[in-house]
Amino acid sequence: MATRTPISRSIAAHAVLITYTLIALFPVFVIVINSFKSRRAIFNDPLAVPTAETFDLVGYATVLKQGDFFQYFLNSMTVTVASLFFVLLFGAMAAFALSEYRFKGNLLMGLYLALGIMIPIRLGTVAILQLMVASGLVNTLTALVLVYTAQGLPLAVFILSEFMRQVSDDLKNAGRIDGLSEYRIFFTLVLPLVRPAMATVAVFTMIPIWNDLWFPLILAPAEETKTITLGSQVFIGQFVTNWNAVLAALSLAIVPVMVLYLIFSRQLIRGITAGAVK
Amino acid sequence: MGALTLTNITKQFGTVDVIKGVDLTVEPGEFCVFVGPSGCGKSTLLRIIAGLEDATGGEIAIEGRRVNEVAPAKREIAMVFQSYALYPHLTVRDNMGLALKQAGQDKATIAGATDRAAGMLALGALLDRRPAELSGGQRQRVAIGRAIVRTPKLFLFDEPLSNLDAALRVQTRIEIARLHRELGATMIYVTHDQVEAMTLADRIVVLRAGRVEQTGAPMELYNNPANTFVAGFIGSPQMNFLKSGALGLASDSLGIRPEHLALSRDAGAIPGTVSHVEKLGGETLVYVRTDVHGLLTVRLFGEHDYTVDEAVHLTPDQARAFHFGADGLRLR
Repeated sequence: MATRTPISRSIAAHAVLITYTLIALFPVFVIVINSFKSRRAIFNDPLAVPTAETFDLVGYATVLKQGDFFQYFLNSMTVTVASLFFVLLFGAMAAFALSEYRFKGNLLMGLYLALGIMIPIRLGTVAILQLMVASGLVNTLTALVLVYTAQGLPLAVFILSEFMRQVSDDLKNAGRIDGLSEYRIFFTLVLPLVRPAMATVAVFTMIPIWNDLWFPLILAPAEETKTITLGSQVFIGQFVTNWNAVLAALSLAIVPVMVLYLIFSRQLIRGITAGAVK
Repeated sequence: MGALTLTNITKQFGTVDVIKGVDLTVEPGEFCVFVGPSGCGKSTLLRIIAGLEDATGGEIAIEGRRVNEVAPAKREIAMVFQSYALYPHLTVRDNMGLALKQAGQDKATIAGATDRAAGMLALGALLDRRPAELSGGQRQRVAIGRAIVRTPKLFLFDEPLSNLDAALRVQTRIEIARLHRELGATMIYVTHDQVEAMTLADRIVVLRAGRVEQTGAPMELYNNPANTFVAGFIGSPQMNFLKSGALGLASDSLGIRPEHLALSRDAGAIPGTVSHVEKLGGETLVYVRTDVHGLLTVRLFGEHDYTVDEAVHLTPDQARAFHFGADGLRLR
């Protein structure tokens, strides 16, 4: 039997983890508590939790009244989910091709696809804008989905191809002998086995997209295509900032992405490869 | 016309020659075992027959029809893998029936074939379970059942017993032998274990470094090996190789099986000391260190008491010995 970890070490490890968790959650905590306070209370004592006296929903009221926040949410959600879908679909297919088939230039193609990890897509902003203007996609959600799909693909291909190399060759070959098409092998045999990796990629892809301000500002600043991060900016002025509204908008913006994260993290944990081989 | 004919098959991975020209004909109903050390190309050869790898050169024919360009699913073969390779999302019944479903058979035919195969392998109670709910031995039986359901022209086994424990391996080995008798099908079986090869095969193909060293019935290889490699590979414990010069013989080396070396405390041709003794009950293996020939194995039947470092003498039974030349080939 393995020796048990001494209790002191276990306490130390937990202390470190708990400290880190507190540090990481502190800004979020401050945003959420202050979003429920009156403007005066925010500035008087920013770290206090709302009391009966200081409790005020004026921020949320402003957010819901001013601007079309529901539309902004919908836009953010549409862009994030659509980009995620395309990143996972094309990323997984490219990864399968790279890991499964031997062809000339396989290694070069893999390197080329992974190169995007190191080059920030924002360097190409001007060219992207020109491209979108030329193709008439400015102020459409399609423009954002295209850009985010391109942005997410390199990492997705890189991570997924590593995982797909680990899927048993025997299983794929059994499928081929039984007459399954390559598409069915990919969708019914390989994809379910790399679900934890897909969830990892989904989380890594989703958060920068949801939080992005740059591309919505440049490619789709129109009222009907604004995303939630861009929409929140109306409350930040050069001279006056409506802190109640900003904090309320940010608090609300956390919710959908958290729901998505919870969905994917269940997949991260679930071990589903048991029984396939060995 | 054989069930399978290989004509000058070659395979290269990049610049590496893995298969260097294999010719082979497997007769209908034959149980043919490919055996050899790891890396000898036996699994690659099986994958070429299955169509999972393309041969670089040569022709593969199943029942006289050239199949080089035919997809694996259309070759009318079935394969059993070392890692079972069951579909994790399907029940045992669907795992076994998938190939027929893909081939467009109707439900009644599939159910009939599945039930018949399940009956042969005593899988009836497991049909609605998923692979994750089965033990290793059960999974391999399902994988064999999946092969039977297709009634293929050729059964291919790729080291199917390697993941099973010793007791289950013997049991499954007997089951495969029984299935071969009942189905009368042509089977090709790849293994690195010469015991499996000896017990199952009608004919053994010994491979080394992409070449066929010798083919023949198990006892033919055992009693009549063509070279030192086959002599050393077939038979357990391994054959001893003595230096012929030291014994006053003309050949380069003298091959003698452990059971054909006489062990004596008093007198004999080769002096040595006992280095290790293994008592197995029915037989006793004595490892003897000699100055000229190195470590030799002696197999004695029954129980014998020898102690380590004891001085002993060995005498080879010249009538049962094999003579080999400097190139490793048998001198006849």
